[in-house]
Order: sequence, then C-alpha cells, then structure tokens
Amino acid sequence: MDAEIALIWQSAPFLLRGALYTIGLSVGAMALGLILGFFIALARLSDIRALVLPARIYVSFIRGTPLLVQLFIIYYGLPEFGVTLSPIPSALIGFTLSVAGYNSEVLRGAIGAVDRGQWEAAAVIGMSWSQTLRRVILPQASRTALPPLANSFIALVKDTSLAATIQVPELFREAQLITARTFEIFAMYIAAALIYWVLSSLLAALQSALERQANRHVVRR
Amino acid sequence: MSFDADVASPSPMIEVRGLVKRFGQTEILRGIDLMVARGEVVAVIGPSGSGKTTLLRCLDGLEAANGGTIRVGDVTIDGTLPLARQRPVLRALRMRVGFVFQNFNLFPHRTALENVIEGLMVVKRLTRRDALARGRALLARVGLEEQADAYPQRLSGGQQQRAAIARALAMEPEVILFDEPTSALDPELVGEVLAVIRDLAREHHTMVIVTHEMNFAREVADRTIFIDGGAIVEQGESAALFSAPQEERTRRFLGKFLDRPNYIVPAKE
Repeated sequence: MDAEIALIWQSAPFLLRGALYTIGLSVGAMALGLILGFFIALARLSDIRALVLPARIYVSFIRGTPLLVQLFIIYYGLPEFGVTLSPIPSALIGFTLSVAGYNSEVLRGAIGAVDRGQWEAAAVIGMSWSQTLRRVILPQASRTALPPLANSFIALVKDTSLAATIQVPELFREAQLITARTFEIFAMYIAAALIYWVLSSLLAALQSALERQANRHVVRR
Repeated sequence: MSFDADVASPSPMIEVRGLVKRFGQTEILRGIDLMVARGEVVAVIGPSGSGKTTLLRCLDGLEAANGGTIRVGDVTIDGTLPLARQRPVLRALRMRVGFVFQNFNLFPHRTALENVIEGLMVVKRLTRRDALARGRALLARVGLEEQADAYPQRLSGGQQQRAAIARALAMEPEVILFDEPTSALDPELVGEVLAVIRDLAREHHTMVIVTHEMNFAREVADRTIFIDGGAIVEQGESAALFSAPQEERTRRFLGKFLDRPNYIVPAKE
C-alpha cells in the first residue's frame, strides 16, 4: 500500500499536467461550443428554411454518431484530403463541434420556452430583435438552460478522455502511460478517476452559484 | 396640449381602412374601417372571438394584416405586405403607439423601475440618471413609488398592470392601446387599474381600450365601438350606445351585462 501511495505521489506531476490538458480542452470546447451552439439554435428558431434545415441535419449527425468516430474522422480521416491537424487542435475542434450540437438543443429549448409575451412586450416599446434577445430573452432563457448546460459541460469533461485515442496527453492518456510503465493499473486509474470527479464537482458547485445568481428575482416558496 | 385644438385638427390620429385578418381559412377581421381623433378615448367591446383583440394587435403590428391599411400619425402600414418587409415603418409605428397587455408581460428579471426605464435607456438612449428620474416620476404617477425596486413576482396583479402602464407611458406614445387591461385581475384589483386609465383619459391621451368593463367604457370612453363577427356592428357616443343601442345584436350583447356586477371605479380627486 505504501508503495502504491508513493507511486501515485511520484506520478502526480504527470497526472496533474494531464489534468491541465483536460481542463483546457473542456473549457475551450465549452466556450466555443456555446457560441457555435447559440448560432445553431438561432438558425433552428428562425423561419428561414435555408438555415433551419442545415442546422437540423448538423444536430442530427452530431447526436447520432459516436464522439470517438467524429474524433477519428478529424484526426485520421481529414489528412486524406490534405488537412492534417495535430492532436490538440483536432481534439478541440472535435469536442467543440460535438458539444455545440448538444448546447444548441438546450439553448433552442430554453429560448423557445420564454413566453411569447416577452418578445411582444419588448417589441411594443420599440426594442429591436437583437436588443430583445440580449436584454429580455437570454437572461430568462439562461435560467432554464443552466442545469442542462452544466450537464453537458460535465459530460464534456469526462468525454475529453477520448482524446487519449488521438495522442492528446490529457489526464487519461497520462494515466495510461504511467500504468504501461509501472503496471500499477488499479491505483493509477483510481487516481485519474478521482481527479475527474474533483473537476466535475467543481463544475457542479459553479452551477449552483450561477443558478442562485440567475434565480435572484424569483420568489422562493 | 389643448383638447379642442387637437380634435379640430383635420386628420385623425388613427385611420384604419379595410383591415382584413385571416387565421388560416377563418376571417377574423372582415374589412374594418376605424378613425380615432387626436385626444379621443375609444372603447371596443364585443363577445369573445369577435376580433376586438386581433384588431388592437394589428394596430401595433403584433399581428400581420392580410389586407387594408393602418395609419397612425404619419406612419402607414400596408396590410397587403408582410411586416418583415416594412421593418422601418413598423418600428416607427411602435414608437408612436404604446400597448398594454392583458397579462402585463412585465420583464420578470427586472424590477418595476427597471421595467419602466428599459425602453428609455435602450430605445430612447437616455442616460441612466435621466431614465431613473423619469422612471421614478412615472411610477409615482401610477402610485407605485414604494414598489420601484420590487421584482414583478412580488407585486399584485393590479400593481403589475400599473407598472406596465408606466412602462408604456415612458415611451411617450401618441396613442395607447389597452388589451383587456383588467381581465386577468382579481376583482378587488380592477378599480386601481381603471382609475389610472381614467386619469390618462382626463389628460386627453389618445387611447383605444378593448374591455369587458361596460360601466368603465361608458364613463370614460368618448366613443364606444361594438364589434361582432369581425365587423363593426355599431358605434357611437358611449352614453348613447349604452343607453339606446340601435342594433339588435348590440342590445343582446349589452343585455348579458345587465345582471352582472360591474366594478365601481373608486373616485379619486
């Protein structure tokens, strides 16, 4: 047991360096995926067919295919078309495209759930579409969207472990490399699991804080 | 602003010609013609489904018409064109027209005061300081100075509707449209909202009020219009229309209200 603890201690710098890649990939993909997902949601909510249809097909493809396959297409498949990306950009693009698909559905639902009277109330005082969206609709939609967005963020953190398969030195990949060297399989994967758990818990705490902020105008019963 | 001078001005404030609105196959408005003079208060009454709310919503571009024209001041909406193709005109129309909803539609994430200053800051581009001063004055005018910092959910229905009226007034509209402003209220809260509207009538705001409050319409409106089946059946000076309706359908409709209690507007002087 002491030997294992010592080993984990020695491996900690590697695991933590891997965790930094995990955090960077997650935060980067979530931020970009929120922006992209927002525009996909707007496309789906628009009444322009030329926007609605591509957005629907995109979301359908992203949700209907395994993330691992998507990553392989980007990292191993695209070079056939002369597009060669290194592991980290490949992973960032893959995770962004994927989480954007899920986020777009969350945002579409949340925006659609805001009462139509809110759009009308803003319209009749002369607010433009974008002013209404920014100042009236999104603040209300964000309340509805926060819990499912937090879900998709937490899922993303864990999904970044798939990047191990395309050579990204993130947390799971680091753990794999150490086990290959030391044969301390159980201890190392448990250590990795605990780090994922801590990261997810931090996100859950962030979610609670944001929800309190978003709900401050709501009377508690 | 002098009442007599304004009424004497030759062109009406609102001029609706041949307004047609269909939902699918159903014709909701069958060629409505309507004039409202500057400073005039017009009540629109009629059974549910008669098209009175749709008429009001067309006047502020909340519903797209299928024919006819709507002019408010110097802005004309062409009912034969989609609203999306006349955005600048629609925006100009909404700068001239205020709208008060049956369900208030206050912004729930903003306090009463923030609701009132939203348009002042975002649309009229006032500084926050000026907007706040105007906002507080307007809330005082509808008797809500104490509730300025309350979120809508903390307010009673009557207070919410009064805040919504203050929000509409903030934009200094030339015309205010009220869509059944007391229909969503508990009976004991109706009077406080009607009192605010009556004060506005005394100040000679041009107003069109869709309402089921017959006593209120009779007392406050210069003219009352009875709509049924998407057409104006009868209109006239309120006192005359209520005491001596000419059309059988008007008589039948008003008859239904005789045995129903109507709310007394508290005297306020």
